[in-house]
Amino acid sequence: MSEATLPTAAAAPPVEAKEETPFRRFARSFFEDRLATFGLGLFVLIVLLALAAPLIAPQNPYDLASVDVMDSRLPPGDVAGEGFTMWLGSDGVGRDLLSGILYGLRISLMVGAFSGILAAGVGMAIGLIAAYSGGRTENIIMRIVDLQLSLPSVLVALILVAGLGKGVDKIIIALVMVQWAYYARTVRGSALVERRKEYVEAAQSLGLSHARTVFRHILPNCLAPVIVIVTVQTAHAISLEATLSFLGVGLPQTEPSLGVLIANGFQYMLSGKYWISVFPGIALLLTIVSINLVGDRLRDVLNPRLEK
Amino acid sequence: MLAFVLRRLAQALFVIAAMLVIVFFGVNVVGDPIYMLISPEMDQQQIAETARALGLDRPIWEQFLIFLKNAVQGDLGRSFVHGESAIKLILHRMPATLELAFVALFMAILIGLPLGLYAGLKPESRISRLIMAISILGFSLPTFWVGLMLILTFAVSLGWLPATGRGPTVSILGIDTSLLSLKGWQHVALPALNLALLKISLVIRLARAGAREAALMDYVKFARAKGLSQSRIIGVHILKNIMIPIVTVLGLEFGSLVAFSVVTETIFAWPGMGRLLLEAITRLDRPVIVAYVMVVVVLFVTINLLVDLIYSALDPRVRLTEATS
Amino acid sequence: MAPVLEVAGLKTHFFTRAGTVKSVDGVSFHVDRGEVLGLVGESGSGKSVTGFSVMGLIDPPGKIVEGSIKLNGKELIGLDEEGFRKVRGREVAMIFQDPMMTLNPVLRVDTQMIEAVTAHDKVSHKAARERARDALAKVGIPSPEERLNAYPHQFSGGMRQRVAIAIALLHRPPLIICDEPTTALDVTIQSQILAEMQSLCAETGTALVWITHDLGVVAGLADRIAVMYAGRIVETGAVDPVLDTPLHPYTSGLLGSLPAEGEPGAPLRQIRGSTPSLARLPQGCAFAPRCDYAQADCLAQAPAVTAFPGERGVRCHHPLNLAGVAA
Repeated sequence: MSEATLPTAAAAPPVEAKEETPFRRFARSFFEDRLATFGLGLFVLIVLLALAAPLIAPQNPYDLASVDVMDSRLPPGDVAGEGFTMWLGSDGVGRDLLSGILYGLRISLMVGAFSGILAAGVGMAIGLIAAYSGGRTENIIMRIVDLQLSLPSVLVALILVAGLGKGVDKIIIALVMVQWAYYARTVRGSALVERRKEYVEAAQSLGLSHARTVFRHILPNCLAPVIVIVTVQTAHAISLEATLSFLGVGLPQTEPSLGVLIANGFQYMLSGKYWISVFPGIALLLTIVSINLVGDRLRDVLNPRLEK
Repeated sequence: MLAFVLRRLAQALFVIAAMLVIVFFGVNVVGDPIYMLISPEMDQQQIAETARALGLDRPIWEQFLIFLKNAVQGDLGRSFVHGESAIKLILHRMPATLELAFVALFMAILIGLPLGLYAGLKPESRISRLIMAISILGFSLPTFWVGLMLILTFAVSLGWLPATGRGPTVSILGIDTSLLSLKGWQHVALPALNLALLKISLVIRLARAGAREAALMDYVKFARAKGLSQSRIIGVHILKNIMIPIVTVLGLEFGSLVAFSVVTETIFAWPGMGRLLLEAITRLDRPVIVAYVMVVVVLFVTINLLVDLIYSALDPRVRLTEATS
Repeated sequence: MAPVLEVAGLKTHFFTRAGTVKSVDGVSFHVDRGEVLGLVGESGSGKSVTGFSVMGLIDPPGKIVEGSIKLNGKELIGLDEEGFRKVRGREVAMIFQDPMMTLNPVLRVDTQMIEAVTAHDKVSHKAARERARDALAKVGIPSPEERLNAYPHQFSGGMRQRVAIAIALLHRPPLIICDEPTTALDVTIQSQILAEMQSLCAETGTALVWITHDLGVVAGLADRIAVMYAGRIVETGAVDPVLDTPLHPYTSGLLGSLPAEGEPGAPLRQIRGSTPSLARLPQGCAFAPRCDYAQADCLAQAPAVTAFPGERGVRCHHPLNLAGVAA
């Protein structure tokens, strides 16, 4: 048992333990896993660092005045012309890599979060429509979902950006397009199961409207799997954005996400200047791994039926 | 059996037709490639002439009809950039990609299956936990980042293996392959490993889950009660049962190997069709993009069909239900 | 003549996170040549674990912690995996409960039979196949040559159990352990298989350990009977005396819960309560909490075995029907 669970367990007298709220119970079983607790802690730290980037970064990489080309490709630990230490070295045009990573995290996380939430919204809406309309509409929607899911996401995203072009908004659209189907399938599945349950029949026989049934009764019961998919898909989206940006078809140089930073360092890698690519890569890795650790645990806690 | 194959064939053709429509409009509705192909000094008339030469001045549905008519004849247009038949360009690059994907597929089985079996049969051991940790990591790591690390480790730091290119190729029955020389294998090793990593993780998981499930089955206990050796039980009774899901999943994943080779080929400068696609995307070379997608779709559909056939060959229960239905 | 199987003081425990489960806790019995021993008990009494212990098929977290298992006079405890492998199938075979699960679904019947032959005898593929075919014929499977090429799912449950029996008989082992082999079958097929087993064993002189929860099956089949409760044998003896004049209250209770012949409409008696958790057995007699005849000493101390003439034994402080035994 990890320390995190001890205070709650000690504070709650045995009688109350049975009446603990669902959220408490959920939190307790979540923190029972040390790795997941570590993952969540790491993720929170990463988000805080990204949010605080303008305050804590030694340099504003967007401010061209503060960047000196003379500082380019300095190894980790060297001192920049302006006097501060570049703990992680500098990139090809003399930007402090640590600052670049902090700012890059902002962009990567933002793209991941936005696309995840948008895809969840779009996918859930489509899934509910499918489950509720039934018949031919449902058939067509689910065919499209199956087709979408059978295609590799990288390929779909590549083709989409080929059409859409570069830019944050376009990448988000592309990421939503590759993700929505997961939500649609899951929500439809859950909704079909929930719809057959007695409380929904009861709600309908009480004369509640369809919309009310959906939002008050069916949707909350679909939330558990959706939350799991949101975490897993957000990690996937961040990874995919980095991949596209690395390939040069994702975000432009003006929006230097982690993927763009890694791509910029790639050309120096063969000559041994590893840090320009490696450090942003590690930041990307930690972000993805921390989210996946949380997602894995959420899946275990929220939905024991799903296999790992 | 024949009815089953014919039905699947009809489905496959339908999917290909649907993709033709989706891809053509998807790629052609957005962006005007003409501006990618002309020099800034050209005047309006020259632009119009170029557009006419490329057929870009006609209405979109007319372009589609021409495209469709040509597509049926196996002609998916000429590359704006190379001036060659797009499909020829792709097919010319395809063997390199398939070679990479096949090597990766075999790596996934060769590495993933024993590790997964071990983890499944000895779930409590420390090595098994390590194997599972690696497989979880394998799912989290972005392919391109692993590729960079492979280059950094094996090519830059250790200098063991080349980082780029395909190495010497030998032509056999009209297909170029680099798998007949040591040098060729050295070149293919890193990119194939990079491409295989995700699939290795996948195979480990599937094999572990399958082995754990099978080990608890009565038929394994009965096989032991018959006096069979451990190696026969694992190698025949358990393996044959877990190969069914693994072959199915890997077969379906072959498509994603081809897709991910876009990333790997770019990092390792592997001259396959994935790299061609990326070049086409950055230059908006629409015919090449369309040709690539169509080739990949046909590949997908063919593989799905093959997987179904292999599946029914492996699992006697499926064969029966198909025969009676 | 030495018994085929002699088990003495066998303890097989399972070391789980919830504690040590003493599935088999000091079991002793023997099986003579050609004899049928009925090993009777409720689920969880340790009867199947006893069977698997003899086969050397106890997997972690289970372990044989004590005792001796002698097969044809040879000690099995302490054999390595290869030593056990040589015994399994040749000197002792086993038939399982659920015939739908015992045959590998993706291997043809001939594969599964031939490998059983060649596991012990270095014979050609052809010779092994012939033996497999003869074995199928023997257990009453029509057109055995064609059926060899079939997959298990093409057989019915009863037929699959016949295939399993054929496999068990391939090496004519002196002993077969049958773990409720008819429980999962229809009643009509059940009696067919029972009759088949009986005649086959009489013919080959094979001894059987017939594990079951069904006293009715045992009554018609077994020569002797051993009743298990909570990991121990509580009563043993020749089948008729045990069933006619049970000494142990548990045996009596089991008999009482069978529908009595010739007494339609008579209410069935039940043994109150349920089997105790094998991880936390009471200090005294394990059956005491459910026993109608329990007294103070039953709760305080576990009873030892009291032996009676005619290989009769009971593990009880206050046996019933003592007059019947003395007479």
